[in-house]
Amino acid sequence: MTGPVLAARPDQDLDSGSLLPDLRKPPITKMQLVKYAGASGDYNLIHTDDETARTVGLDGVIAHGMLSMAFLGEYLCWLAGPESVRRISVRFVEMVRPADALTCRGRVKERTSVNTGRRLQLEVWAENQRAVRVTVGEAEVEIA
Amino acid sequence: MDHPAALSSDLIGRESEVVLFEVERGAIRKFADAVQDQTPACVRGDIAPPTFPTTFRMTIPGVTFDLARVLHGAQEYRYERPLRAGDRVRCRVRVANVYRRKGRLGEMTFLILAMDGTDESGSPIFSGTTTAILR
Repeated sequence: MTGPVLAARPDQDLDSGSLLPDLRKPPITKMQLVKYAGASGDYNLIHTDDETARTVGLDGVIAHGMLSMAFLGEYLCWLAGPESVRRISVRFVEMVRPADALTCRGRVKERTSVNTGRRLQLEVWAENQRAVRVTVGEAEVEIA
Repeated sequence: MDHPAALSSDLIGRESEVVLFEVERGAIRKFADAVQDQTPACVRGDIAPPTFPTTFRMTIPGVTFDLARVLHGAQEYRYERPLRAGDRVRCRVRVANVYRRKGRLGEMTFLILAMDGTDESGSPIFSGTTTAILR
């Protein structure tokens, strides 16, 4: 099953308040932060160099907030398909560190009918292994 | 310690140059690999992940700050259609707002940047809003 998870769901499973399936991401590694720095062009050393991170009062490197947003972007693609993402908007509320394992979760806020199918307003968030929400936001997707 | 000049509301409206970015298949694949994004179209490099415009880096004259003192507070992207490999995107970023506010960590400067990307005929593809917080 490779199609978008939500496309096959009947309306009653996508009513306001419906919880969406989770997407669990593997634990973040320092290597991943180096790769993300290179792929994104964000070379701020607080994400890749412990010494720099300590000079600004951190215990060590922290993940790019945008990496957690990218996880939520993948979550939307998984739920609705990469052609279907209309909007993603997040706030970075807690720091993410190497070894943290994030899970993307979501809930339907509103479902409306449009010409091409159904438009969903979603509440989405990434939480860590302690169930603390680190990145929170909302999104809009369109599905068949 | 030498601090860059404080950002002020004088900067509101200031813009970057328009920069043409080519969405490269290899860059999409590299981004998806770093994120461990398993979306098949992103793994293949056909469609860019929703946060890919973060790779479109531009500067606005007069807007400089110390990277160690900036927090990324919030980010939004809105799409007319997804970005695809081979797209040539004309991007620009502008200062939408600058204001000071007292928070938990004392007074901080909020810098709101608005980015937009169009195709070469000028039709919008995406727009973005960045909230940066400067301590």
